Amino acid sequence: MSMSASEPKPAAAAVITAPHGHKVELGQDEPLELDSGQKLGPFTCAYQTYGRLNAAKSNAVLVCHALTGDQFVIGQNPFTGREGWWPLMVGPGLPLDTERYFIICANVLGGCMGTVGPQDPDPKTGQPYGLSFPFITIGDMVKAQAMLIDHLGIDQLFCVIGGSMGGMQVLQWAVSFPERVFAAVPIACATYHTAQNIAFHEVGRQAIFADPDWRNGSYLAENTKPRRGLAVARMAAHITYLSEAALHEKFGRRLQNRDQLIYDLQDLFAVESYLRHQGEAFVERFDANSYVYITRAMDYFDLAARHDGKLAEVFKGTKTRFCVISFTGDWLYPTSDNREIVRALNAVAANVSFVEVKSDKGHDAFLLNEPVMFETLRGFLNGAARRRGLIA
Amino acid sequence: MNAKRSTGPSHAIRADQRLIAAMVEPGSRVLDVGCGNGELLELLTREKNIDGRGIEIEQDRVNAAVARGLSVIHGDAEADLIDYPNSAFDYVILGQTLPEVRNPRDVLSELLRIGAHAIVSIPNFGHWRHRLHLLLTGEVPSVGFVNARWYTNPNIHPCTIRDFVDLCEEIGVVVERSVLLGQRGRASRFLGSGWIANLFGEQAIFLLSTRAR
Repeated sequence: MSMSASEPKPAAAAVITAPHGHKVELGQDEPLELDSGQKLGPFTCAYQTYGRLNAAKSNAVLVCHALTGDQFVIGQNPFTGREGWWPLMVGPGLPLDTERYFIICANVLGGCMGTVGPQDPDPKTGQPYGLSFPFITIGDMVKAQAMLIDHLGIDQLFCVIGGSMGGMQVLQWAVSFPERVFAAVPIACATYHTAQNIAFHEVGRQAIFADPDWRNGSYLAENTKPRRGLAVARMAAHITYLSEAALHEKFGRRLQNRDQLIYDLQDLFAVESYLRHQGEAFVERFDANSYVYITRAMDYFDLAARHDGKLAEVFKGTKTRFCVISFTGDWLYPTSDNREIVRALNAVAANVSFVEVKSDKGHDAFLLNEPVMFETLRGFLNGAARRRGLIA
Repeated sequence: MNAKRSTGPSHAIRADQRLIAAMVEPGSRVLDVGCGNGELLELLTREKNIDGRGIEIEQDRVNAAVARGLSVIHGDAEADLIDYPNSAFDYVILGQTLPEVRNPRDVLSELLRIGAHAIVSIPNFGHWRHRLHLLLTGEVPSVGFVNARWYTNPNIHPCTIRDFVDLCEEIGVVVERSVLLGQRGRASRFLGSGWIANLFGEQAIFLLSTRAR
């Protein structure tokens, strides 16, 4: 099936339209030089802000979102119609207090919520990039964010914070722009992607590639959508975000709308229909190629790679105050991975706090109601704000 | 383990902590090993404007300390001191916990590798009451802990003031200053540091450095 560019496309192939919010064209003077060597720009960056920037521009907090997150941290997400992803963390009186801090969150490079990604038109052809979108890294995402921070006229961020892939960006910020990060809060993350992390991502990508509707990445031009592949990718990934205990508690071996076992392939176990629902909901809001590119970016991540694996070297001389947070039930980025960060920071006598939160909710705990996380974070931020002169 | 340190409520400043604080120069870099809820670090930050860090083995105490705005990590003196570079701190403090570590000699050396000074406080197992307790009851005293038996208190290397001073001598550590705490945690000037101190001092605090080579 092919269509001329002038014909309106049916809904099935619709580009996930960027919701309302701030947008800026970055890299107009100087394009973004990517780690791959390719250049990108000018490019669109979509972001949201909450709270007010003070006169000294010293109260800005950059929130970095995770793999499938977006810039809509709180309030209604205009695209999904659902509440933002961190309503317990950001808001008046919450640890990231919007009455004290100016919160910024940008859709990552390669994303599908307004910042340039594989679904956007390639200026060279006018067609969606698809697989001709340049490969990106966590470092590239951070460079793009730094361009946004420049655009906003902010020299130093009071804090950079994020969980999972967001935490990787936090670490990258602290390494790439140490003087621009007063405090850094990497949550539930690691300094490099392990073979197991890469393996899970590869399963997801292969599921997408195996979907005939993926069309070698040009499904938008060909008016299809790899729904099944992306849904399976999400289902596999979703398991890694939960703990065994959480799954057991939530579903056990419970049957879905049945009293007894049946011997065919219809929906049987509750956990099956839950995962299926997760997959189906996800394809409505996420672009398959974005998923491929961003998971790849995470797999490239290895903070110490340019220092012969010596992690401490990358933090040498840092003045940033760190607060590392991990969760006992997180087997995707376990405490041992997070402790590596702490060890490296100790090796350069950096200013670091490290808290392991007891939780059986798995990796996703950082998005959930974990009072110990909020309480320690509030204390850490207050301490840092005092040092920064934001509170007396 | 239900053994509780017999040194007052957890949020109060212990007598030895006040005396330790008095040994710290203002504005210095301090690592408190076994910092608990961070009382001493908070005191030092408030009164001496130090750049402070802490290590604590109990996760709940770490969380409490970080929530107070202190830079504290979850860790173990014996496993994690090795990560720190040489001379990273002006003072490394080890309060009361030396008898609880597996290898006190190595820990003491590590304190002075990463700090120009170490401040170590110890409960004195040589105090006359503990000697008398063993002599009269035939039971090992659970020094520093209430409601504890020999098998529930964490002391695995009980030592006396004399033992400690001997260890310092052996590994080339200089005792720059020592303060003895007599009954009710009061500092005493009259005990010296010899056998009288070893008999009448309940606790001792040492300011240590490495002999110049």
